[in-house]
Amino acid sequence: MSDLSTLIFGRLSLDSIPFHDPILVATFVVAALGGIALLGALTYYKVWGYLWKEWFTSIDHKRIGVMYMILGLIMLLRGFADAIMMRIHQAMAFGEATGYLPPDHYDQIFTAHGVIMIFFVAMPFVVGLMNYIVPLQIGARDVAFPFLNNLSFWMTSAGAALIMISLFIGEFAKSGWLAYPPLTGILQSPGVGVDYYIWSLQIAGVGTLLSGINFVVTIVKMRAPGMNMMKMPIFTWTALCTNILIVAAFPVLTAVMTLLSLDRYLDMNFFTNDLGGNAMMYVNLIWIWGHPEVYILILPIFGVFSEIVSTYSGKRLFGYSSMVYATLVITILSYLVWLHHFFTMGSGATVNSFFGITTMIISIPTGAKIFNWLFTMYRGRIQFEVPMLWTIGFMITFVIGGMTGVLLAVPPADFVLHNSLFLIAHFHNVIIGGVVFGTFAAITFWYPKVTGYKLEPFWGKVSFWCWFIGFYLAFMPLYMLGFMGVTRRMSHFDDPSLQIWFQIALGGAVLIGAGIIAFLVQLYVSYKRRDSLRDETGDPWGGRTLEWSTSSPPPKYNFAFTPRVYDLDAWWHMKSNGFKRATDGFMPIHMPKNTAAGMVISGLSAAFGFAMVWHMWLIGGLAFAALMIAIIAHTFNYKRDYYIPAEEVALVEAQRTEVAA
Amino acid sequence: MSELSHNHDVHHDHHEEEGPHSSFSGYMLGFMASVFLTAIPFWLVMGDVFSSRSTTVLIILAFALVQILVHMVYFLHMNFQSEGGWTMLSLIFTVILLFITLAGSLWVMHHMNVNMMPSMMSGGS
Amino acid sequence: MSHSTAMPAAEPGQFDFLVKGEHHVANGTLLGFWLYLMSDCLIFAALFATYGVLSQNYAGGPSGADLFDLPLVALNTSFLLFSSITYGFAMLQMQQRKLKGTMIWLAITGVFGAGFLGLELYEFYHLLHQGAGPQRSAFLSAFFTLVGTHGLHVCIGIIWLVTLLFQLRKHGLTTANRRRLFCLSMFWHFLDVVWIGVFTIVYLMGSLS
Repeated sequence: MSDLSTLIFGRLSLDSIPFHDPILVATFVVAALGGIALLGALTYYKVWGYLWKEWFTSIDHKRIGVMYMILGLIMLLRGFADAIMMRIHQAMAFGEATGYLPPDHYDQIFTAHGVIMIFFVAMPFVVGLMNYIVPLQIGARDVAFPFLNNLSFWMTSAGAALIMISLFIGEFAKSGWLAYPPLTGILQSPGVGVDYYIWSLQIAGVGTLLSGINFVVTIVKMRAPGMNMMKMPIFTWTALCTNILIVAAFPVLTAVMTLLSLDRYLDMNFFTNDLGGNAMMYVNLIWIWGHPEVYILILPIFGVFSEIVSTYSGKRLFGYSSMVYATLVITILSYLVWLHHFFTMGSGATVNSFFGITTMIISIPTGAKIFNWLFTMYRGRIQFEVPMLWTIGFMITFVIGGMTGVLLAVPPADFVLHNSLFLIAHFHNVIIGGVVFGTFAAITFWYPKVTGYKLEPFWGKVSFWCWFIGFYLAFMPLYMLGFMGVTRRMSHFDDPSLQIWFQIALGGAVLIGAGIIAFLVQLYVSYKRRDSLRDETGDPWGGRTLEWSTSSPPPKYNFAFTPRVYDLDAWWHMKSNGFKRATDGFMPIHMPKNTAAGMVISGLSAAFGFAMVWHMWLIGGLAFAALMIAIIAHTFNYKRDYYIPAEEVALVEAQRTEVAA
Repeated sequence: MSELSHNHDVHHDHHEEEGPHSSFSGYMLGFMASVFLTAIPFWLVMGDVFSSRSTTVLIILAFALVQILVHMVYFLHMNFQSEGGWTMLSLIFTVILLFITLAGSLWVMHHMNVNMMPSMMSGGS
Repeated sequence: MSHSTAMPAAEPGQFDFLVKGEHHVANGTLLGFWLYLMSDCLIFAALFATYGVLSQNYAGGPSGADLFDLPLVALNTSFLLFSSITYGFAMLQMQQRKLKGTMIWLAITGVFGAGFLGLELYEFYHLLHQGAGPQRSAFLSAFFTLVGTHGLHVCIGIIWLVTLLFQLRKHGLTTANRRRLFCLSMFWHFLDVVWIGVFTIVYLMGSLS
């Protein structure tokens, strides 16, 4: 009997559920109640059919883009909860006070915080933005592979789901977000935490890689006639380079995670301490992925700021070509700096010097971009909308973070500061100043395009100031603590003189929390007042690129007629040269059909991952077989498209012509 | 939205042939070259032809590189025009990254091993 | 009133801003599949790098010179090379729109591929039997993973090949199916390219003492 239960349940048992932990129990109760309430409301308002047809099975890049943003937002709340828990604990845990989190719980929190913020907040935000905007900017009707696009979203969500499940069933890794062996080997981490980590990333990683391929092909092959490479919008350029980085870097992550799981599951010796293993090779490989990853996060944001600065300055972007070259240089150089993440591992002066120098060189093209943004603003007629506020905040904050990065690029300095709170302050400085500020700027900028109404500016300003001041309060003390020698990932301190800095940092974190709440309030208030914030023209800011030529929101097919492009800032050129909307001659439009295949494949992948985590070999085997069958069955579906009739297109276009007039 | 099950093959067959063009002579040339480029390295190693290990290694690596090129040209039909040059560009980029990954890892790990794992110094390339 | 304080002055156009006829978007499948192959190449790069770093870590156990059966590897290599040429013949048949010929050469390719896999499984079994499994040392872990990953790819290629045979029988040499044949062709030849790296770096170099 117990053999049967082991076969079915593996190492999963009632003991796996953390009943003993009051924080988790309380979290579960709240989450469960909230979840039931949400599901109940959706059922009561009978929106399941609508959600299924218009969102979950949609292959429309616009819908998928929004879903990515929602995923990122939900995971931001979870990742921020982890952050505030850490700040509270560290502000308390001095001397005899042990804080309220036992060490192994604290370790899971900082691990989950990092994994969630990078993989399930920043990546979805960046991918979501590219999803929505790129096809519109190049005058296309969708991406190159709409089905794959849907699959990519659900695979990412499946990865996120696995991490969320680890909160309530079992535990998460306690190793930090990059899970270095031998700590994450089977001997030192025999539990399920590291396995949740591995499978979550492997599943999400497939989604990301496919997305990368999708967008490179989209940008290469689906640009409107006349849009050669040097007439592409700058956001599209940064999207292209980002997706090239994704295609080039994520395979290495897949390979490393596979090697780690082979060590754990099949007793192999890649990273073990004995039998010839070499744990340093893991660090080497993971950072060959890891450094390009941070450029994947920031390059689209650079593109966002380029679009925002030129639009709100009423001027063409200064130095477009140099921006393109800078982006390309960053793309290539990002492969030549990875060792700066482990100067202290012992590769010696020659190797360290090489990578130190390349790291310093890579800061130069980014610096050039800052100057170009400033020169764009110079003598422009600036609209000081909320996105510009985020932009100025970004320029100040990111530059400071970049400077501390150049400081860390000097190996002897890094010997003192590696893995101190200085490092933590540095990367939060660039990620928050860059990715987070950029995401909020982008959301505000493109919100009217997506929803048809602008975001209410007042709450946007509140959110910005809370984030901006909160960031400095939260992280400047950490720079100082780092200089004073305080190490990262500590859950208890003996020196009481440090406490005040942690308390200030907690104050900053609370302020950031207020900023997040203000953003949520902004969403709600803007929705309630949407009629007064309505964007009727489709071009509320005097935009320069093709997405602003569509209605807000755009029709399903984006463009009734594919635009023909003659110049950079194509929409601006159209406006300057008497462009008139078409009123007849509409043709049927070829569109791809919805699909449930993405959800099925991702659901089976998640089931497979869960089974592998818990060593439920029978269920895992069945899930895998079902997965293979589902994939193969999908390839037998040859009827994947339909046509929107010309009359329907004519109707939609006529309605818009009337509104825009 | 009405659904038209439109047979796209009627439509698309009007376009030129997608994908590269193959020829019998191309495949045979590639095949013969590959056989030669495989047989020689196997013979060099199995027959212990050179006393110097490094000579053998250099030669078989060179043969491997040439054979890879043969496969690229004659079997994969690599050329500068395909997909507007993007096929070649992406291949070059990949090869560069492959080189960086391989050479970079070997270089870095050699130094790591020398400095940090003296007991393993019979190992490490 | 919109916020566009910076509106350009509109001049009557001499520009034709809209594509009025039906706009055919170029199909991106072949480029997309090529890019996927490039990413696969980088997975192998990571595995080759790992093998390169760990290849001398025998942990007192057997080395390549002790274990490798070069005549077997030569046979394997020839199977894979033959399968490449037979796939080429399948593509020539496809070019001439000969469905039956395409399917026959495709099937022969699959047989060679299965032969390759069979020999490789036999080799692995033999090594495991000798106590030279992937658990024995880092060298062997790297060996089994690199060679095994390649073999897994061949296995997936064969499954794909069989699936395509069914789809060819059902729909014939449609545009979609021809595209799939091109993709599988790229995949199959790419695997042979990787194998050149494997037999050179792993087997030949590993056999030199």
